[in-house]
Amino acid sequence: MLKVYINPEIVMLNDKPLAHNEKGAALLTELYRNYIGDYPKFFKMDTLSKLGFVASELLLQAEGGTRFEPREDRAIVFFNRSASLQADTAYQATIQDKENFFPSPAAFVYTLPNIVTGEIAIRNKYFGETSFIVFPEHDSQIMAQQLQLAFLDPMTTSILSGWLDCTDENHFEAELFIIYKSNL
Amino acid sequence: MIVSLAHNILSPLGMTTAENYAAVKAGRSMLKRYEGLWDLPEPFVASLMDRDKVEQAFVEIADNKQYTFFEKMIILSASRAIAEADINASSDKVLFVLSTTKGNVFLLDKREKGFPQERVLLGVAAKQMTDFFHNPNTPLVVSNACISGVCAQIEAMRNLESGAFDYVVVVGCDVQSAFIVSGFQSFKALSVEPCKPFDANRTGLNLGDAAATIIYTRKDQVSENEWVSCRGAIRNDANHISGPSRTGEGSYRALKVALGHVKPEQLAFINTHGTATLYNDEMESVAIERAGLAQVPVNGLKGYYGHTMGAAGILETILSMQAIDDHNILATRGYETIGVTHPLVLSNQNQSTNKRMFIKLLSGFGGCNAALLMAKGGEAC
Repeated sequence: MLKVYINPEIVMLNDKPLAHNEKGAALLTELYRNYIGDYPKFFKMDTLSKLGFVASELLLQAEGGTRFEPREDRAIVFFNRSASLQADTAYQATIQDKENFFPSPAAFVYTLPNIVTGEIAIRNKYFGETSFIVFPEHDSQIMAQQLQLAFLDPMTTSILSGWLDCTDENHFEAELFIIYKSNL
Repeated sequence: MIVSLAHNILSPLGMTTAENYAAVKAGRSMLKRYEGLWDLPEPFVASLMDRDKVEQAFVEIADNKQYTFFEKMIILSASRAIAEADINASSDKVLFVLSTTKGNVFLLDKREKGFPQERVLLGVAAKQMTDFFHNPNTPLVVSNACISGVCAQIEAMRNLESGAFDYVVVVGCDVQSAFIVSGFQSFKALSVEPCKPFDANRTGLNLGDAAATIIYTRKDQVSENEWVSCRGAIRNDANHISGPSRTGEGSYRALKVALGHVKPEQLAFINTHGTATLYNDEMESVAIERAGLAQVPVNGLKGYYGHTMGAAGILETILSMQAIDDHNILATRGYETIGVTHPLVLSNQNQSTNKRMFIKLLSGFGGCNAALLMAKGGEAC
């Protein structure tokens, strides 16, 4: 199975370490510059979206095949514990003080965990199902069950999925994979 | 088939489904203008709960633990539906699915004391509810912006179809706060007057507090008065994270899947998202026209409740079922003159119907869209 793992210090693609120099927030930017580089919208994203975007790009590059063709048969379903906590905390800072009150739509829009699924759908022209499910704790068994159920959609034949969690700019974990209906 | 067993709506218009339906049918709303609330510099119009009423009602079921206002809302709404369904919520055959966007987000405010920071996590908040009912299963929290309420019902259907659970308690809730209101204000998305869905003079949405619950089960035989959740779909616009698609791409595709072989003339109505923002309502008109449903009556309920976010998809599904039970198409409160490119069949008066199916349609940030086909009796699914 195609899979990618990223935390602030480690990057693994199909169980092989990927070389890098940076750690934490800078790691995501380094990965973007080394492996992607053609999507400046990356710099506007919150950390959860940056993480999901970079991880999905590594995965989809490894998958090969034609990219950026409109399709409705691929779903994006992510799971985590912290929803959009990093973006929530960043937005709260903009409204905390009455004297220094500067709420921004660019920050507010990321205060929803499913925005990252939209970012990846836009990049790849995926019109299929996109969904974000939050659990009290990481639970591989329930994730696997819910993923199987996502194939009950009549058009979904593959799912870009996995765990995608971020508590602040320097603390995150992505464990993404692509699962195919034909391999179930 | 997946059947609705019981439901509840907790909103400023009432604490039961019956109270809410009667209020909406009579054209009532609790949308009011607030100035200076939560220290916000700009006034806003919203439909907010009387928190004392919720506290009083909660005392009747309270255990010895401390709960936030959001947690009291979800527990109270769920407990009323569970009592009506007469199921054992502590059974491992019961799953809880929570639909919410912001849960306890107000706990991020540094002035808020008295609850552990962890409660700001949606799953941890949901766990307060499952612990209250002594339910052993991990709750699922569906957090897909404004479409969460339909997504949560789709998750419930799938979990019942798999046979893993016998009952799914689907609870949707969001409670308003400075965080949410200031965010929508920064987007210039809020109207400073009661909202006017699909109207030529619409100027934006209103926000609202609500919790709503539907309990679903699986049945082989369905009687003609039971409500069946036929099928639903979630589709993405793949266009923009905060603006709807000009071609209504995701809503159109979700509508097509939800409709399936059902003919447009079988539908009593499409209950739209109808937020009364310029772009949302226009997009829905495009999607409905593209799906060949322009002749089907449409309505929108945001003029009664405002946008209740995580609750909306569940609250609006319940009221639509109640309306068909009453042979009624609910009026679109606030609507006067058509203000979208594709003319839709809309009215600000209640209309009669004898049809037994409807589609609930939603769209939200992240480019997501969802549609759900509901049928009374289920034979037409």
